[in-house]
Amino acid sequence: MAEITSLREAIAALVRDGDTVACEGFTHLIPHAAGHELIRQNKRDLTLVRLTPDVIYDQLIGMGCARKLVFSWGGNPGVGSLHRFRDAVENGHPRPLELEEHSHAALANAYVAGASGLTFAVLRAYAGTDLPAYNSNIRFLRCPFTGEEYAAVPAVRPDVAIIHAQKADRRGNVLLWGILGVQKEAVLAAKRAIVTVEEIVEELDAPPNACVLPRFVVTAVCRVPFGAHPSYAQGYYARDNRFYRAWDDISRDRERFREWMVRHVLETADFAEYLRSAGITVPPERSA
Amino acid sequence: MTDFSASEMMAVAAARMLRDGTVCFVGIGLPSTAANLARLTHAPEVVLIYESGPIGAKPSVLPLSIGDGELAATADTVVSTPEIFRYWLQGGRIDIGFLGAAQIDRFGNINTTVIGDYRKPKVRLPGAGGAPEIAAMAKEVFIVLRHTRRAFVEELDFVTSVGHGTGGDSRARLGLPGAGPTVVITDLCLLRPDPETKELVVTALHPGIARDQVARATGWPVRFAADLVVTEPPTPSELAALRDLWRRTAEAHGETSGEGS
Repeated sequence: MAEITSLREAIAALVRDGDTVACEGFTHLIPHAAGHELIRQNKRDLTLVRLTPDVIYDQLIGMGCARKLVFSWGGNPGVGSLHRFRDAVENGHPRPLELEEHSHAALANAYVAGASGLTFAVLRAYAGTDLPAYNSNIRFLRCPFTGEEYAAVPAVRPDVAIIHAQKADRRGNVLLWGILGVQKEAVLAAKRAIVTVEEIVEELDAPPNACVLPRFVVTAVCRVPFGAHPSYAQGYYARDNRFYRAWDDISRDRERFREWMVRHVLETADFAEYLRSAGITVPPERSA
Repeated sequence: MTDFSASEMMAVAAARMLRDGTVCFVGIGLPSTAANLARLTHAPEVVLIYESGPIGAKPSVLPLSIGDGELAATADTVVSTPEIFRYWLQGGRIDIGFLGAAQIDRFGNINTTVIGDYRKPKVRLPGAGGAPEIAAMAKEVFIVLRHTRRAFVEELDFVTSVGHGTGGDSRARLGLPGAGPTVVITDLCLLRPDPETKELVVTALHPGIARDQVARATGWPVRFAADLVVTEPPTPSELAALRDLWRRTAEAHGETSGEGS
């Protein structure tokens, strides 16, 4: 049953060194503040899972928190490369990063399998590509009814799923909307789930088919306004495209990256202080 | 004749490929530019689907990321990422997959994974994303990319997404449902697969582009169709729509504030 706690307490209590952690978010609602807290608490040897690792995974990788990355597209969306990710893959800095690489379709199906209590997912995928040659977790099987060949990948079952959402109520039920990515599946596939939210309200007032995560599938709810910055929270603030561009520069050089992280993340107490320290003004939503 | 750049010719030529009313699964970057230009010009009823979940997105500016808020805000509906890939793509609902590429070979196979060896890459690229299954499942695939010798290679360092495999009936033997790439649009020309061998053949040169320019920018001895034509230059209204779209996009993405402001 969801407990409403501080983000610091939630990360300390629910994430252990060596855990498999999925901080999900598909461009929208990326749990950036929670990622910072993993770095502040110096969590180590994590296996990070995410379809679209971007800036926050670049930071976790660059700070040496990750042992392995399970992913399907790793880049700075609309800008280019993730330099800390590339440095880890190309040069083993600050430590070698084991890769388990999929396509979006396969990894999305792997979350669905995890959420569905299955051990693997089956889909039409990968025929003729080089990915199965480098990922032994991509295998093939035949349909027992028609004999058609399908790809199979193991279910994703994270120790901890971490997502950001717009709202929770005081009992810990969570509501999110807009681009949903695989957040619902990640929470349902995981043993424990941490949800940061923009605000905690009396009533969610959610329409019947809205994406609501009932409190019995959520372990901790933490109020962190702007907690998805530099990604966005629909209805609250816009994507900070300038920060994504700025990150290209900050992260290009090992020393500059490290100094920036120490100054703005390690030496700040929480996300609000980080935003002030880094001089960030979260952009409002653009009026259409 | 109105002056236009090679990038403008590429965007317009790519946009023209989209027939009105088709359902198009759109990659970010050049494909998204072309697809939205089509929607704003000759194909107002085209349905744009992005892998982040929006179906029927009608953005007024080009998205910077595959999941910009305006895609969701202007869509007919927004579904989850598993649903996009399971019901809509794997379910066979997509007419056109519109993709970009870092590297492409003569059979329209695509690399977006690594330059060099996978385990010790020279350049680690972002990876597959949704492309392998879009390339496999869409009824047809359009590919748009700049024409350089680094991009058009004799042999891919990594096959991320399959075009026509090793040529001929390769796709059928792999069991891939869609027809694969039917056109490649570049800033120099159009290439289409030979009906038998499936090797990409130059079928149209953009205005002012010479054969040897294309040959020099292609890493294999590229063939030219017997009935090679010259692409119609962009019309004033196509150019105006594209330039307006780019101007609105720059204004929209420039006005958001961030670090240091």
